[in-house]
Amino acid sequence: MSKTNSLWTARMGGMALLAAVLALAPLGFANAYYYDVAVGALFNAIICVGLNLLIGYGGQISLGHGAFFALGAYGSAIATSRWGVPSVAAMAASAVLVGLMAFVMARPILRLKGHYLAMATLGIGMIIYIVLKTEAQWTGGPDGMGVDPLSVAGLTLATDRQWYWLSAVLLLLAVWLSLNLVQSPVGRALRAGHGAEIGAQVVGVDTSHYKVLMFVVSAVFASVVGSLFAHKNGFITPDIAGFHRSIELVTMVVLGGMASIFGAVIGAFILTVLPQMLTAFDDYEAMIFGAIMMGTMIFLPKGLLPSLILLIRKRMGGRS
Amino acid sequence: MAELLQYLFAGLTSGAIYALAGLGFAIIYNASHVINFAQGEFIMIGGMATATLTAAGIPLPAAILAAMILTMLVGMALEKFAIEPARNADVVTIIIITIGASIFLRGAAQVVWDKEFHALAPFSGETPIRILGATLMPQSLWVFGVSMAAIALLWWFFNRTLFGKAMLATSFNRLAAQLMGIGVKRVLLVSFALSALLGAVGGIVVTPIAFTNYEAGIMLGLKGFSAAVLGGLGNGMGAVVGGLIVGIAEALGAGYVSSAYKDAIAFVIILFVLFFMPNGLFGKKGVDRV
Repeated sequence: MSKTNSLWTARMGGMALLAAVLALAPLGFANAYYYDVAVGALFNAIICVGLNLLIGYGGQISLGHGAFFALGAYGSAIATSRWGVPSVAAMAASAVLVGLMAFVMARPILRLKGHYLAMATLGIGMIIYIVLKTEAQWTGGPDGMGVDPLSVAGLTLATDRQWYWLSAVLLLLAVWLSLNLVQSPVGRALRAGHGAEIGAQVVGVDTSHYKVLMFVVSAVFASVVGSLFAHKNGFITPDIAGFHRSIELVTMVVLGGMASIFGAVIGAFILTVLPQMLTAFDDYEAMIFGAIMMGTMIFLPKGLLPSLILLIRKRMGGRS
Repeated sequence: MAELLQYLFAGLTSGAIYALAGLGFAIIYNASHVINFAQGEFIMIGGMATATLTAAGIPLPAAILAAMILTMLVGMALEKFAIEPARNADVVTIIIITIGASIFLRGAAQVVWDKEFHALAPFSGETPIRILGATLMPQSLWVFGVSMAAIALLWWFFNRTLFGKAMLATSFNRLAAQLMGIGVKRVLLVSFALSALLGAVGGIVVTPIAFTNYEAGIMLGLKGFSAAVLGGLGNGMGAVVGGLIVGIAEALGAGYVSSAYKDAIAFVIILFVLFFMPNGLFGKKGVDRV
């Protein structure tokens, strides 16, 4: 009992810490550019928290989540600018559609394992990317399309500052939702699934049901953020659905630490801010990025946060 | 009829490249159960190195040899410094490592060369050959002929040489092979060298047709993978047949259905195979261990 209690407080402590960091971070922001990068990091963090449910807890890889992100973005863009649907309604409708799509795809996809699963999700992502690029009458083709700013009940979100606070609140909401999912019977069943799927099935856990749930939740997270991104950026191109985008998302989750919600947040922050710093190295950016990906996976296969926690525990010499 | 023949020529040409890429996947997968997402980069490096070296005035044969050696060294370095240290990592981790490697290699190509497209002159002129109303470029013959020769050589290597047999044995049962005195580490290294070499060969012969730049490997690699999946992961000849099927399906799809969706066809094939016959055309049925 006391153990679950301390675990519970540790998680709530983590949330409080995250909230404090998000609230205090703007003190260090010198100009709008900082806000802009921070919003990008928050967007990625929200997607990664969702994706981490699937990868870290469900034990499933997806190389196609960039496509869900892009579908949310294009859904919002098309509905608001072509049909005049209010932004929030467009965002919700896109999320529902993407959720439904993920639900339909989930069963056949999640039956696959390892490399096959990676390949199937990659295939779906690529097909969606090619469709977005080709159906120019809807999407503007490779040149992309413009998107109106986000307006909620007559109020228009215009500054990076406002976007920062909106996405900070959404990130906290996403983390809270995920913590609850992970701690629920659903989450426990899923963790059993990751460790020993057949074992869990034997004791009567319907693992595939939970994996489908995680797949849908992670797709919806990506879709909502995609909608937000479209409004914030004001312009989208099919590249947001590309292979590179999906890889980036998975790397964030894995870098931060699989099966660690706060790890996913940290991974998203690092990999969003890092390229901004690497632009100084210009031509070497891709090389450094690739080297970091390989290096972390080779030397810290559990990811940054879990490795750090492990290190601290070792230092404490098992006193706790 | 002439139209169909024309599409078949185009399909067999690109199919041969996919077959080489797919075979490269299969060799590495067999030796190490790693899906090497940097396979396409081997193709790119082979093509880029040959194109830039010949542009610098080095005779074609020397440039080709240098490109093949360079690509093999890259493949071996990849195995030594990225795959070997992560031997016991799980599938997701290894996938990320090889994807990281592919990004790294693309970045390196950008630095060593540039972001421009590079061309290479066709090996034996540009006079088209007319067959039954369809035209065939001599370079297509080079692509197909060289690919098939490489595949035949590889078959000979795996079935008729001691080291090739040792590699096959390792893919069937790693531990047993080790107990029989096979140097499993060396097998791993050679498998990366071989598939890098195959990639380089593909890149070299296809560059006169398709041009090349630092990103040219992405799509070729992914299509090679769909060839490997279609043939059944780990089945070399399956990958070759898979590559030809993907190439032909693509050419027919582009010709008769929609050229805009040409690139999507390989991925539709992947999904179809995975959903309806997950072991591919010739793959063994997998058994899960609890």
